[in-house]
Amino acid sequence: MFRMLRGDYGGQILIALVVLACAIVPYLNLYVPPSSPFHLSTFTVTLLGKYLTYALLALSVDLVWGYLGILSLGHGAFFALGGYAMGMYLMHQIGDRGVYGNPDLPDFMVFLNWDQIPWFWQGFDMFWFAMIMVMFVPGVLAYVFGWLAFRSRVTGVYLSIITQALTYALLLAFFRNEMGFGGNNGLTDFKDILGFNLQSDETRIGLFVASGIALILGYLSCRAIVASRLGRVAVAIRDSEDRVRFIGYRVDKVKLAIFTFSAVLAGIAGALYVPQVGIINPGEFSPLNSIELVVWVAVGGRGTLYGAALGAILVNYAKTYLTGALPEVWLFALGGLFVFVTLYMPKGIVGLMRRRQKEIGA
Amino acid sequence: MRPTSIAIRHWVFAFILSLIAGFSTAVHADEAIFQGGIENLLAKSFNDKTQGAQQIAESGDDRAEQILKALLDRQLFSTKSDKTLVFFDKDTDATQAKQVVSGEILPVTDVKSLQRIRTNNKMRGVIKRLIANIQLSNPDPVKRLAAVKEIMGKVTSDQIDAVKTLSESEPNAEVKREMETLVQLSELQSSDEDVVKAAIIGLKGNMNQQVRPKLEDLLTSESAEIAASAKTTLEAINKKVTWYGHLETLFFGLSLGSVLVLAAIGLAITFGVMGVINMAHGELIMIGAYTTYTIQHYIMPNYPGVSLILSIPAAFVVAGLVGIIIEKTVIRHLYGRPLETLLATFGISLILQQAVRSIFSPLNRSVETPEWMSGSIQINEVLSLTLNRLYVIAFCLVVFAALFIVLKKTSLGLQVRAVSQNRGMARAMGVKASKVDAMTFGLGAGIAGIAGVALSQLTNVGPNLGQSYIIDSFMVVVFGGVGNLWGTLISGFSLGIANKFMEPYAGAVLAKILVLVFIILFIQKRPRGLFPQKGRAADS
Amino acid sequence: MKQLDTLRETMRRDEVFSFVKPDANIQPITDRGVILSLEGVNKSFDGFKAINDLNMAIDAGELRCIIGPNGAGKTTMMDIITGKTVPDTGRVRFGQTMNLLGMSEPEIAQAGIGRKFQKPTVFEALTVAENLELAMQGDKSVWSTFRAKLSGSQQDYLGEVLETIGLQDGAKGRSGSLSHGQKQWLEIGMLLMQRPHVLLVDEPAAGMTHQEMDKTTELLTSLAGDHTVVVVEHDMDFVRSIAQRVTVLHQGHVLAEGSMDDVQQDQRVIEVYLGE
Repeated sequence: MFRMLRGDYGGQILIALVVLACAIVPYLNLYVPPSSPFHLSTFTVTLLGKYLTYALLALSVDLVWGYLGILSLGHGAFFALGGYAMGMYLMHQIGDRGVYGNPDLPDFMVFLNWDQIPWFWQGFDMFWFAMIMVMFVPGVLAYVFGWLAFRSRVTGVYLSIITQALTYALLLAFFRNEMGFGGNNGLTDFKDILGFNLQSDETRIGLFVASGIALILGYLSCRAIVASRLGRVAVAIRDSEDRVRFIGYRVDKVKLAIFTFSAVLAGIAGALYVPQVGIINPGEFSPLNSIELVVWVAVGGRGTLYGAALGAILVNYAKTYLTGALPEVWLFALGGLFVFVTLYMPKGIVGLMRRRQKEIGA
Repeated sequence: MRPTSIAIRHWVFAFILSLIAGFSTAVHADEAIFQGGIENLLAKSFNDKTQGAQQIAESGDDRAEQILKALLDRQLFSTKSDKTLVFFDKDTDATQAKQVVSGEILPVTDVKSLQRIRTNNKMRGVIKRLIANIQLSNPDPVKRLAAVKEIMGKVTSDQIDAVKTLSESEPNAEVKREMETLVQLSELQSSDEDVVKAAIIGLKGNMNQQVRPKLEDLLTSESAEIAASAKTTLEAINKKVTWYGHLETLFFGLSLGSVLVLAAIGLAITFGVMGVINMAHGELIMIGAYTTYTIQHYIMPNYPGVSLILSIPAAFVVAGLVGIIIEKTVIRHLYGRPLETLLATFGISLILQQAVRSIFSPLNRSVETPEWMSGSIQINEVLSLTLNRLYVIAFCLVVFAALFIVLKKTSLGLQVRAVSQNRGMARAMGVKASKVDAMTFGLGAGIAGIAGVALSQLTNVGPNLGQSYIIDSFMVVVFGGVGNLWGTLISGFSLGIANKFMEPYAGAVLAKILVLVFIILFIQKRPRGLFPQKGRAADS
Repeated sequence: MKQLDTLRETMRRDEVFSFVKPDANIQPITDRGVILSLEGVNKSFDGFKAINDLNMAIDAGELRCIIGPNGAGKTTMMDIITGKTVPDTGRVRFGQTMNLLGMSEPEIAQAGIGRKFQKPTVFEALTVAENLELAMQGDKSVWSTFRAKLSGSQQDYLGEVLETIGLQDGAKGRSGSLSHGQKQWLEIGMLLMQRPHVLLVDEPAAGMTHQEMDKTTELLTSLAGDHTVVVVEHDMDFVRSIAQRVTVLHQGHVLAEGSMDDVQQDQRVIEVYLGE
């Protein structure tokens, strides 16, 4: 299983770090007394868990952008859809503990005077069903969208722009109350997941570890693709799509398969994100979110997978810090980062480190 | 207006009044009758007072309208001391009482010295009609029109004949039509079937608000013939109203389309001609809007009109300069890497947004609309065109034409086209490609600034102004076919119109979503847009 | 009338209904006779007729050179055969039965027509060996590509090709760092890996030294026989050294066809090349 990591030192380090975190963080949170300086607050655990889901999301973007050359400006949509599927499950779990105390209907439906649960909410009270939907819904959307786009050979910036239009259309749609996803406010006030209280430290730790495991599995599966001949076909498509057709590969099918897989990964990331932050609303569909996550990948170094995960964690750490300490500066910093990375660090941090290594070696 | 017609009108007017008042003989404007009316107003009984009001109206005295209005507004008083009628003129100064008869100003020392002339509902109804009747013969056609509209649907049968006579001599076509509508509307209630039928036919194509409900009432008429006739007429009117409704939607669509074209056309240059994806385009629009705000608010605050016109060149220069700076510092280094350009310019857009937030404030600012841009042109009862939308459409066309001329007729345009078609060859011919790039980008950015001036008249100016237009702008350019100005124009207008036509059925948000989905599907079918660049070069 | 024609077509007694016909595009007959034929092909770009009633037939095992001045339609012809460009009218057949029109580029490539481009386009981010591996004949569906591993015999063949193109030393190096001539060779190697029935080779000699050119001549000549080789070339010496039959294209139409000597004698060809 770990054969695919051979030679992938960055990946080995990443996985080792995540495994280490999954071992130490629970200990520091649960068993080190709060008075100790080594104690990790539950707030921090949740924050770290959130970063891990972002890292998984960044992996999914890097897979299509770094290896396949598709700059998707709509991956936030797949993330959000996965999140909504999870949110629907969590809404069902609230039961009669909502403000209105209606055992069948979520609060916002009571508020809108709906008398029964819409058909597309059916089944989400079952965890396994919700988990299938977490992967199925983004997957199907990506499949249909990709089938249309790749078959007619929409590429490059055109593709980027219509992926952006896709997430923008979804943003507008999810803002509507009639859609049945809570409109502007989205889904929130979750109580528990699989019977565990979402507020408790143990559940938080559980979600953190789950995110870590998902990241590792996600990394391994991406790596499996990248290290296979399919991965090399993807790189070939990135560099010269036409040429790949002339040696007999169905470019549209390769793209479709990888794009769909990537959307599923993004959906899983979204599903892990929602119970940790406790809310999902249409804002997740905003084009800004999708484009921001492209920058995580660019900062880390695209086409390396572990660089994307690294970039996601670093940029989000900076974001948490700056929006807290200097809120005015954050957008300047993010904007500057876009410009700086594209102009001076086209290969991201990983690229810089590799060059450094070469210089030392030489 | 000819004096003779006025005389006739006065005569007719008096005739109406006589009918209303139940007098059998015609009367001239008469001071005696006026005075008699005043006396009657001071009486206790409402009947006497009503008669007094009628007498005043009948007298044809110039003061009549004023008095009756005061009476209606409960501003007519009598002094307790000498029973003189006084009123407060709300239009000039509500603290001064005016003597009705002499027009002199009476200093009011104590409100308690005055007694209000009281009215009841029935009386007020009569007074309203009296006032309307006086106004019906007002020499000002605008006043007459208002008067007809006032009594529309409220007239009694005995007034109708009078209005009918009046309408025959009415010189103003619009007033005449209204009067006829009024007559025909009341004739619908007639017991004589022939009269009703004639009225129905007369109302054909009349889009007055009152007509349709009245005709609808007739659909259940006992006479099958009348019901059928009413139905035909009603359907014809409804068709016409729908048609004008479509015209109005078309107008809204065109104005939305103009906004889209204005927002997109600068992008059509940078994206279409240069192949540069400028995600900061929306923020250049925003800069244009803020330039307008700054000029109007800080530089010449008291001249909204002049400052708006001055804003156009100013916004062009400011946004253009910002564009040139962006090109020289960032985009220049990223030619041939469209996806990287996209990311870098997106970063610039974030910086510009935050800069505006820090400099001005995160709150929306509103830019004043000069007077000559507010208001509307009333085409008929159901269609009115607002001036600011009309101006935007015109402005869009002017900007488009100007840009077209610049690109086709000037040497800059020639160089721009040369560089965009074959960079290497253009350079070999001595065109400074890098300078042309900067100029082209500046031109696109400047036009975005101008679009910002137009947008400042339609929406609030805020840091998010640009963001809300960037995706739409891209859609317009891509839909129209990259590199084709005409395509951008047609695509902008058709998307605007499509959007507005879908809105009544789907709602504004859903309409927008549908348009987006349509474009996403359309691009799959025709990846190069409506009007693709042709030739073998475009293939590779 | 049109309906009548349709009816007649439907009721033809010498053929079964089209929907019960077996898929004609199963396997072309490739060992004898005409392997590639173009009949009455037309293609215009915005009024410019790039291909004008082009008729050509290439026999199996032949080594055919196609020459012609700039804009004669050589590359467009290649595009049409490989499915990149769809002609306005005409037929293109592979073997006796396979209709190439309506097939996509990968389908045509899979059927056994390989192409080498004028400008070498190798996958620069991949190593030389990886480039060859991708081009290798085999099941190219997504799943089998994902699962694919090189078998022993495949590895051997890869080694052979590496030797043929003289890149065995740099097999693990990135192909982006190859010289122009080496990239040409790599492209030819990729073509060999596909084991196509027909090789369409666009300007193989461009950017090569004389020695390399000789080697290319040798290679192409040795391939002919087992494979069918169609070469588009400008370099007359090169053409003379390899050609058995030469087709001259002019304004999208076949101007002359025959041996190199015949063609060179042809008055029209001389006019086209030397001007009047």
